[in-house]
Amino acid sequence: MNWMHVPQYIIELTYLAATALFILSLKLMSAPTTARHGVWAGEIGMVLAIAGTLLNHGIVDYKWIAIALVLGSIIGVPLGMVQMTAVPQRTALSHAFGALCVTLVGTSEFYLRGTEVSRFTLSVLCMEVILGSLTFTGSLMAAGKLQEVLPQRPITFKGQNIVNLSVLAVAVGLAAYVVIHPGHPHVFLFIVGIPLLFGVLMIVPIGGADMPTVIYLLNSYAGLSAAAMGFVLDSKLLIVAGALDGASGFILSLNMSKAMNRSFTNVLFGAFGQEQTTSAGAQEIRNVRSATAEEAAAILSAASKVVIVPGYGLAVAQAQHKVRELYDALTKRGVDVKFGIHPVAGRMPGHMNVLLAEADIPYDKLLDLDEINGDFPQTDVALVIGANDVTNPAARSDPGSPIYGMPILDVDKARAVMVIKRGMSPGFAGIDNPLYYLDQTLMLFGDAKAFVGAIVRELAGGAQD
Amino acid sequence: MKLDLMTDLYVFMLAAFIGFEVIRRISPLLHTPLMSLTNALDAIAVVGAILLVGAHKSTLSTVLGTIAIVAATSNVVGGFLITDRMLKMFKSSRPQKP
Repeated sequence: MNWMHVPQYIIELTYLAATALFILSLKLMSAPTTARHGVWAGEIGMVLAIAGTLLNHGIVDYKWIAIALVLGSIIGVPLGMVQMTAVPQRTALSHAFGALCVTLVGTSEFYLRGTEVSRFTLSVLCMEVILGSLTFTGSLMAAGKLQEVLPQRPITFKGQNIVNLSVLAVAVGLAAYVVIHPGHPHVFLFIVGIPLLFGVLMIVPIGGADMPTVIYLLNSYAGLSAAAMGFVLDSKLLIVAGALDGASGFILSLNMSKAMNRSFTNVLFGAFGQEQTTSAGAQEIRNVRSATAEEAAAILSAASKVVIVPGYGLAVAQAQHKVRELYDALTKRGVDVKFGIHPVAGRMPGHMNVLLAEADIPYDKLLDLDEINGDFPQTDVALVIGANDVTNPAARSDPGSPIYGMPILDVDKARAVMVIKRGMSPGFAGIDNPLYYLDQTLMLFGDAKAFVGAIVRELAGGAQD
Repeated sequence: MKLDLMTDLYVFMLAAFIGFEVIRRISPLLHTPLMSLTNALDAIAVVGAILLVGAHKSTLSTVLGTIAIVAATSNVVGGFLITDRMLKMFKSSRPQKP
């Protein structure tokens, strides 16, 4: 069937070039100005590697490859065109697809040459399949929770961690058995199947608030399983790509845990936000001050420095375009407007930045926690839209608070704080926020989109006076 | 055989270090597009699936491999597409009016 006789070293060179381009691709991602070139470098690398592979001598039949490539592209396009608010669940879904690919290839490899390969290769193969299949179901579960087709609240029961870890231990034990006594094709089915169950069990107790960390962790697993596949196939390109992905997922999930002051084990085994009975009895009814859109507009237009703190509530209300109008109206009046973005704002890390960029807010106005926190004491107005826990001063002052020690945006240090919120209900983690009872805080009750729209109208009306 | 394995381990170790150093420098601003990009790059696993299907060793391997190619290709296409769409939206205020 091969109409071209391409020497093997040419194919290896395309892999080498692809490896270099992948590293370059991530390097170019370090600045927003070069990031798109990074995507192009990655695309060229990918095309080179696939083209090189298609020239391989070992390929005797192209029919199914062609059908699968076309079908995959057809499925890929709508997955690449989803709405920006749906990016977290799309990401989780693509982790599932990546893991599925690795698991299926690993399973085939086992049945084709499981009795021929070395013990080391066999154990890596088992690791590949275990990581792959738990990532597959785990990511599907995560996508389901993010899409809200599955309940977001953590589901827990007594002895859950012991049950879950035992399930995983059985799979690892069976893998060890297969490595020591090769040639048990039926046992291998359990090595694929049990981690599928573990993936489900692993995500069940994890609440929506912890999803960002979990997504990164799943990303890391998907990468490691791909690297394991590289060892099995002796493909250095795959090892490098897998290691890069594994490393990125790992660093970012560490970052996330730090941003929430939680340990990895706590995220995975902690089931956040289930018991919130502490100090509920001692809670007296405290006064909050509320204001109208007209008053809010007057305060904002008198300010010289405003920091907007967006949270996921903003994205839910689809208020990002109204916020852009507010940004324009204030900037036109000479007010310095910046955005303070907490690492866990949104449904996945960096998600809020994407949503605001979509509304054409310049990225140099979007500042990270560390960059913005020093600015709050000189800020006239901190406007909190749809964020709650990441502004909770109890994280600094109250050792009894479940979020104590979590780095927060110090909005309470601003001269005035305005919070747009539907009502006084607690946030995602179910914790009361003392910020709302401070003297300098004004509550703006209402839907984020409608309220920001009303402020913008007031500002426009004021300009005509 | 043993030497290949050691080389692979060295490659893995070095790539992990490069990954750590490169990714540590990426600002939180771009973490979402970063993840969709690494996802697309990770779908290079499609190479293994193509070799598997192309070798046509058994019906099982062809069926599983074909599904694997579909899954990985959709990640390649979808991943690069959405990363580019996201990055296209990031604009600086500097080239515009001061």
